[in-house]
Amino acid sequence: MTESGQSSDRPVIVLQNLVKFFGRFAALRDITDSFAAGRLYVVVGDNGAGKSTLLRVVAGLMQPSQGSVTLLGSQNVRDVAHRIGYMGHAPLLYDELDGMENLRYFAGLYGLSDDSVCRDAMRQVGLDPELERRVGQYSQGMRQRLSLARAVLHNPELILLDEPFSNVDVHSARDMATVLGRVRDQGKTIFVVTHQAPLMEPVADEFVRMAAGQIVARESMKRSATVIGVATGGAR
Amino acid sequence: MSQISVTRATLLKDLRMEWRSKDAINSMLFFSLLVVVIFSFAFNPTAEESRQIAGGLIWVAFLFAAVVALNQTWARELRNQVLDAYRVSPAPPNALFLAKVLGNFLFVVILEALMAPLFVVFYQLRSVGPVWQLVVVALLGTWALVVNGTFFAALSIRTRSREIMLPLILFPISIPALLAMVDSTTTILTGDGTPGFWLKMLVVYDVVFTLVCLLLFETVLNAE
Repeated sequence: MTESGQSSDRPVIVLQNLVKFFGRFAALRDITDSFAAGRLYVVVGDNGAGKSTLLRVVAGLMQPSQGSVTLLGSQNVRDVAHRIGYMGHAPLLYDELDGMENLRYFAGLYGLSDDSVCRDAMRQVGLDPELERRVGQYSQGMRQRLSLARAVLHNPELILLDEPFSNVDVHSARDMATVLGRVRDQGKTIFVVTHQAPLMEPVADEFVRMAAGQIVARESMKRSATVIGVATGGAR
Repeated sequence: MSQISVTRATLLKDLRMEWRSKDAINSMLFFSLLVVVIFSFAFNPTAEESRQIAGGLIWVAFLFAAVVALNQTWARELRNQVLDAYRVSPAPPNALFLAKVLGNFLFVVILEALMAPLFVVFYQLRSVGPVWQLVVVALLGTWALVVNGTFFAALSIRTRSREIMLPLILFPISIPALLAMVDSTTTILTGDGTPGFWLKMLVVYDVVFTLVCLLLFETVLNAE
């Protein structure tokens, strides 16, 4: 893909015989699959299906027990870390710092020192960069938005999101889904693990269903343009 | 991004957070203060006796107090799983370690600077040897404590009872450094001989453990 918003057949993620054990429990069981660039994948499944484990293995936060993951053409995730954005189940933010301070720090980890990058990321998710309130005093919805801003501020090609809508009200969740659709339209590949699949239906390209540590179904969606109400104005 | 810029950014972030919460400094200060006051009343030593026991007393107090700060170091990174955000970034793992060590070093040095006058007053301490040597011992000894402490605190963050695990691992491995700190401090305070051997031992200890910790930190950071 491409800046035009069209997906390509070039695989961004290739999973080869992926297995992950926790003790004797197999959380991922021999997954072999590949995912093309420029598409928005929604990973769904029951609790314990292995969705979050798959995402953490792909992000390099866990090592697979067997098999391999090839990300953006590399088997070493550190080589392509600057091209990946990850949003975890927890917000991955410092409660003691305000939004801009958080983003400035994380931008620094990616070699970005320009404040405008952080401001743009905050505006992109509908937050006000001038807000001086510490993250510890943010509402859950604002934290999730800021967490999304943190994940995308370095303009990654591949974005991995684990339950981005947990504890977020429906309106904010719809706004976030719209933001994700727009980011995908800019040419990014997005993986969203969620239990709130209907929220993603307007923007998803493909639903990936997991059960018992395996990918059991993939269903492509016919989508039109990214629509629904766009987040505007800063949340306060 | 360079190692230096990430180290600097992480250090400044930690200092800002500590300035706002004062968690580590306050806990260390109160703990040290208690040790100074309680031991002073318990033993009520003369000036000569103080010179003999002060080395041990000072460093044991700082060691225990430092453990409080060291446990806080990684607790901040575990809240909201922020450490994962660092792990998925391309930032060098050693930059995080160095920033944490420098931060802890600064906190403990500040504690020592604040507590030193109290030790002098409560124990009627007057050094027979040159005082500048005490400063050298303090800097080398503090580095020895925090470099190992920061590393082993990182090692124990995924254990269930990490507050207990840290002293259990840290204290035995700190014995050579502690021995050097106590003996060199006592030597300087009493004026009996020179602390040359102990200072060299501290330098070697600092260099060896700093290198080993830097070599192993990435493995510790990414351990499951």
